[in-house]
Amino acid sequence: MTGTFGIAAIFAVWGIGWFINTRIAKARGKGLGLIAAIIFGLTLLLMWELAVIALEVSRVLLPPPSAIAARFATSTDILWADFLQTFKGVVMGYMLGCGAAFLTAIAIDRSDFLKAGLLPIGNLVAALPIVGIAPIMVMWYGFDWHSKAAVVIVMCFFPMLVNTVEGLQAADKMQKDLMRTYAASYWQSLLKLRLPAAGPFIFNGLKICSTLALIGAIVAEFFGTPIVGMGFRISTEVGRMNVDMVWAEITVAAIAGSAFYGLVALIERRATFWHPSQR
Amino acid sequence: MTRLLSILTIVIAIIVIWYAGAARMNAQWEYDQAERADKTVTFMEILPNTMAQERPILPAPHQVAEELWKTTVEKKVTSKRSLLYHTWITFNATFLGFIFGAGLGILLAVGIVHNRAMDMSVMPWVIASQTIPVLALAPMMIVVLNALNMEGVVAKAMISTYLSFFAVVVGMVKGLRSPDAMQLDLMRTYNASGWQAFWRLRLPSSLPFLFPSLKIAAAASLIGAVVAEMTLSQDGGLGARLLNGSYYGQTMMIWAALIGASVLAGVLVAAVGLTGQITLKRMGFTR
Repeated sequence: MTGTFGIAAIFAVWGIGWFINTRIAKARGKGLGLIAAIIFGLTLLLMWELAVIALEVSRVLLPPPSAIAARFATSTDILWADFLQTFKGVVMGYMLGCGAAFLTAIAIDRSDFLKAGLLPIGNLVAALPIVGIAPIMVMWYGFDWHSKAAVVIVMCFFPMLVNTVEGLQAADKMQKDLMRTYAASYWQSLLKLRLPAAGPFIFNGLKICSTLALIGAIVAEFFGTPIVGMGFRISTEVGRMNVDMVWAEITVAAIAGSAFYGLVALIERRATFWHPSQR
Repeated sequence: MTRLLSILTIVIAIIVIWYAGAARMNAQWEYDQAERADKTVTFMEILPNTMAQERPILPAPHQVAEELWKTTVEKKVTSKRSLLYHTWITFNATFLGFIFGAGLGILLAVGIVHNRAMDMSVMPWVIASQTIPVLALAPMMIVVLNALNMEGVVAKAMISTYLSFFAVVVGMVKGLRSPDAMQLDLMRTYNASGWQAFWRLRLPSSLPFLFPSLKIAAAASLIGAVVAEMTLSQDGGLGARLLNGSYYGQTMMIWAALIGASVLAGVLVAAVGLTGQITLKRMGFTR
């Protein structure tokens, strides 16, 4: 009886959420898109909650959002420690990987020969399952965050390299000619014309790498960590059937991942405000 | 020609760096061995040994090639020690996930393009879904799907689906919106219904956008399958090989599995690319 009632409630929630959103979609105005997205998200969460209760899903399989929130609230200290451990690897690897790729791109940019060879290889490597090097890196650099940073470096390097090299070619021929008529040196034209013109491409690479970095670090932690870290917590708590803790950890990962991406996007908006896609 | 030459240069450079790295990283072990035997050795003396260790820290390229030869040609395909057997398992999960992901992506894109409410409410969550490191979800999703009595391959394919649908949604939405106002107006002057405009104009003009997305989706799908296999390792697959290699310190096994995965990725992406080229050519997009 509760089952049928619950399913009816689920459909009712869906219907109400959908009704509001179609109304919003017809109206036009600023910020409405955000409201529609939030309503959609809340509808999904509510449906999840109702479905778990109505269908009496075992908590070991799928805890309701309320249980996850409760778990999140009671274990913030563990989550915070895990977050710090994982993010040490993410941030170090991200900065070193993207930085190295950026410098390499500028170095090989002067040689057409190297560019012609590196781009196809870079594109190929970007398609490879690089997370697979995680066990090797853990073997080489030990269990602490250094091995995670190493995985992140390798994962970030090629997407960033390909994007930066492409970006450095983005300046118009006309603009380059103008620099030449100004008798600008290589460095002047690089700093004043070509790097700013490469901005949108560079930020595209940075954005791709920001999600890759988190994935790399968490997967690397499956292969061995000190007893702290998000990947470690997820794999052990799955084994102990504490699924609500796993979901709390995933919530942290989602928030951290979105915040990281959002931060890069925000810097992009500030730095490349002149580009058509930002207006 | 120069292009080929420069690619070759880079490949050779990578192999040289690899050999140098192997010599450097494996030398320590040889020094330790010599010290234990109360001998002093020079670097040149141990150099050949660093290339032929049983469990090197970094195996030299020819050792990996040897391992690949042993596990692909010299073993029967049905043997559990054959790399081809494991590659086949991974391919199954990847392919299934790719089909699911492409289908889901296309359906979502059609909905998003045709329904403004869906565009506003679903699209932000599609983007947000990718900032969640789904690979972290993999172990749990597999436990759940196993409890629901799903086959292992379907569980693995689910992870692949999640990773691959995003690229398809983004590319397909862009593609379905690519016909310009003039073309849409023309359809209207023909008194074409919404469905007719969709089948005859929007869908065909989305294909040049769809195929590059499918390439990305194929690569993402493989990554999902490999990571899923690390959790569901009893079924075998390249991910299981990686995991076993790391447990038993069999570095050659890890590298062989990595190369196997890379070749599989290359073949999948190339196959999608080729299908795309042929389709687009027959539809008259390239000339």
